[in-house]
Amino acid sequence: MAAWSAPPPGKGWCEAVHIPDAYLGPYTWGGAYAVMVPIWAAAAGKVGRTLRSSQVPLLAMGSAFVFVVMMLNIPVGPTSGHATGAVLLAVLVGPWASVIAISVALAIQALLFGDGGILSLGANCFNLAFVMPFAGYLIYQAISGRCPISSRRRTLAAAAAGYLALNLAAVSTAVMLGIQPALHHTASGQPLYCPFPLKVTVPVMAGEHLLVFGWAEAALTGLAVAYFQRAQPDLLEAAR
Amino acid sequence: MSFRAKLLLMLAGLALLTPLGLLLPHWLGAGGAWGEWGPEELRKMVGYLPPGIRRLSGVWQAPIPDYSPPRLHPAVGYLVSGAVGMAAAAGLTLLLGRLLARRK
Repeated sequence: MAAWSAPPPGKGWCEAVHIPDAYLGPYTWGGAYAVMVPIWAAAAGKVGRTLRSSQVPLLAMGSAFVFVVMMLNIPVGPTSGHATGAVLLAVLVGPWASVIAISVALAIQALLFGDGGILSLGANCFNLAFVMPFAGYLIYQAISGRCPISSRRRTLAAAAAGYLALNLAAVSTAVMLGIQPALHHTASGQPLYCPFPLKVTVPVMAGEHLLVFGWAEAALTGLAVAYFQRAQPDLLEAAR
Repeated sequence: MSFRAKLLLMLAGLALLTPLGLLLPHWLGAGGAWGEWGPEELRKMVGYLPPGIRRLSGVWQAPIPDYSPPRLHPAVGYLVSGAVGMAAAAGLTLLLGRLLARRK
């Protein structure tokens, strides 16, 4: 690696939850698809067994919700980023149905708008449509335990789950990006794909999500769950 | 008003807010997302374009790249893209959900 040293993080450092095409080498994007195919199949099976047809419109609204939340960029200094709504969806419809609704939103972003790549769609789905809803759902359940639907603890559990799950998704994304220089480089050590190593991607991604965007996800998830606790508690009951 | 209608109204409200997601970062001079640079941006930043990125970055040509339909003001285009994308995501999920739920 002597001929090449790691570039500094750029001026516009920000979250990269949508990995574009060509930032990942074939092992990573292919591996992510190989992992996602059985997850998608399991999600389809689980949803087919458990989702009531009356819940389908709510799931469709959830997909549109995730899509629009990711368009609402929040500028912070030189950076902008956004929440995802993935944890809220997982709390309302469960993690398996969320896998489908979020994957659909990510596929539309990639196919119609070029936001996130086609090759990297499996990787983006792994981070945002699998890691995030499952982590968020499990954390929410673990913190809220058996406390009543209307309890304040459940609101805080939702906020904490939003914060932690977005950070986990960000770190997972950072690891995928950061292993590229070691996996794929020319004979002189020049990276073929994402040029930043783990020691750059992980601190940058974790830092900005711990400091900024995790709080946006926490506020969105906590406030929305507080609203559903008052306005439609049976929705939270159904997913308990 | 039914609860579902309320949720739809809230979604419409969020859709109307989308131009802010473009304009606020623009007004405040915030850059694009870390790790989501186009090839030219990356080349300026790192000093060269990694060969894999040069080869593969054009692998998919999206019909409405960057939420920016041609001939529209960027903020209007962003709003239109948001509405189109939300409808597409909801429609596809509705279709998948109906197909899956019917297998019972």
